[in-house]
Amino acid sequence: MEAIVSIGIGILTGAGVWLLLRPRTFQVIIGLSLISYAVNLFIFSTGGLRTGAAPVLLSGGVGDLAQHTDPLPQALVLTAIVIGFATTALFLVVLLAARGFTGTDHVDGREPKQ
Amino acid sequence: MSSWLDHLVIAPIIIPLFAALMMMLIGEQRRPLKAAIGLVSTLLLLAVAITLLVLAAGSDPDAASSARVYRLGDWPAIFAIVLVLDRLAALMVLLSSLLGFAALIFALARWHRAGTHFHPLLQLQIMGLNGAFLTGDIFNLFVFFEVMLAASYGLALHGSGIARVRAGLHYITINLVTSFLILIGASVVYGIAGTLNMADLAIHIGSVPPGDRSLLEAGLAVLGIAFLVKAAIWPLGFWLPPTYAAASPPSAAIISILSKVGIYAIIRLWLLLFSPDAMESSGFGGTWLLYSGLATILFGSIAIMATQSLSRLAGACVFISSGTLLAAVSAGQVEVTGGALFYLATSVLAIAALYLLIDLIERGRVLGADVLAVTREAYGESDLDEDLDEEAMVGVAIPATMAILGLSFAACALLLAGLPPLSGFLGKFAILSPLLNGGDGVISFTGWGLLAALTISGIATIIATSRAGVEAFWASPPETVPQVSIVEIAPIFLLLGLCIAITILAGPTLQYMEATAHYLHLPQDYTHGVFPPTIRAGGG
Repeated sequence: MEAIVSIGIGILTGAGVWLLLRPRTFQVIIGLSLISYAVNLFIFSTGGLRTGAAPVLLSGGVGDLAQHTDPLPQALVLTAIVIGFATTALFLVVLLAARGFTGTDHVDGREPKQ
Repeated sequence: MSSWLDHLVIAPIIIPLFAALMMMLIGEQRRPLKAAIGLVSTLLLLAVAITLLVLAAGSDPDAASSARVYRLGDWPAIFAIVLVLDRLAALMVLLSSLLGFAALIFALARWHRAGTHFHPLLQLQIMGLNGAFLTGDIFNLFVFFEVMLAASYGLALHGSGIARVRAGLHYITINLVTSFLILIGASVVYGIAGTLNMADLAIHIGSVPPGDRSLLEAGLAVLGIAFLVKAAIWPLGFWLPPTYAAASPPSAAIISILSKVGIYAIIRLWLLLFSPDAMESSGFGGTWLLYSGLATILFGSIAIMATQSLSRLAGACVFISSGTLLAAVSAGQVEVTGGALFYLATSVLAIAALYLLIDLIERGRVLGADVLAVTREAYGESDLDEDLDEEAMVGVAIPATMAILGLSFAACALLLAGLPPLSGFLGKFAILSPLLNGGDGVISFTGWGLLAALTISGIATIIATSRAGVEAFWASPPETVPQVSIVEIAPIFLLLGLCIAITILAGPTLQYMEATAHYLHLPQDYTHGVFPPTIRAGGG
């Protein structure tokens, strides 16, 4: 379980960083989104990973704190998702404005000299 | 949670938030009403900030705790998100309120008409800044960073235009990536220590098992790198000069304090978490802070010599002041930290005044006259604000414009270069004096390094500013003397006047800063403020 999650986070981050370093604004925003997914998964995983655990209570059993994963990272990840979503949307607007102003989707606002 | 004074701690966040909300309900056409709300809000904030400063300074220094803690929802501190008002937070809140007030007044002359929603963005910017200064929780710090940054994106783009959008695109990308670094750092810290409360973390960092210690330090280092990006420390700060140079002047004045938020976070967390109580972690990363601070000062000195436009010169000044602060704090000596805080107040006020002043100086000149024709294209200058010049002036024009502007520019240059008689010199002196007068007569490497770096940066600053000043006022004075209204020169006088006041009242000011530094170097004061010892023993 840990191996799968960590490999997944690693692949997402690697792909995100590679895209972030590309010269086109669309690649940058996709890269940012991939990194934000990776970070969200990472925060989520700090609460501990368990398989086959009950979501809230085991059927018929009495509630026991040891049965639960830590809920705080889930609250953190919700906040992070909301903020990440809002800032990415804002970035999208600036991206479109830059495209409109400069007539190119290069991150520097002008095509590199060939 | 009894008297209204206790609730005053949250007022620096609530007041601008409500002001911004009210403004957003009003249509864009009713700008005078918005300006009035903004004025009321910033004046109220100033009053609150001064009250908070008096409260923080007035509390008995010998008492167990001199921090005022505001627990949201009155939950016990371990569950609640706490706001902590201490001397440092009060000082920073006052600085951000002052800059907000000055930027608002300056914008009233004409800049608030350059685009939509200037007023609510400014209020939200102040709210984010104040929240970041007051919070006592790492994740809450991230949230307020985001509020502050989101508002700064809007302010940096205020007035639109190709140069702003181009610089803003880079600024937003870098800050989004930095936010991810803060999230990674915060979640690693939570995963290891099980808490995000700064005081709780400071209590428990000494007892983290050895196996987990390096992971916790790695998490905090990631967090630190994020703060260093915000503080524009070399080599993480290349985004700063183009963004600030492209931003409209009142926006640049208020967002110039953003770099000091990074420095604030480092001062707060580094001194709190890596105090001698932290056992093996004590002083973690100090040498890194010192070297990156020195490198930033040198980079800023080279940048200020190489720059040809006034607004980039101001950007290089931000580099130098950030580097100076970082290197001085990393010395880990109480007196040096006190001097650094004095320097912080001076440089924040002087840089904001410089950004406002540059707009007035450049107004009469051909745009980009000081930029060589060859490099003009590379700097992305364009006539983006041309339409604004056509609009009517607000307020009364002042006489002897060039003389007043020239004197103000000279004052800024003296403050930033750290030459006597103004407070910039006192700040640098207060940093260096304890380092060079060490107990046993031996001057440490930190002392020599800072002495060299501050001297070089001072010389570079004075050469660059006098060159720019000669060019702007004597060599090629504007063909038409710019019309400057009282509304525009007043905030500059306010900021520079405060610097002069600090110089005259250097004794009490330095005393306050030294007391702040003493407090910062004794984390027990902070942790006891958040977790009173009796309650901890009883309720856990």
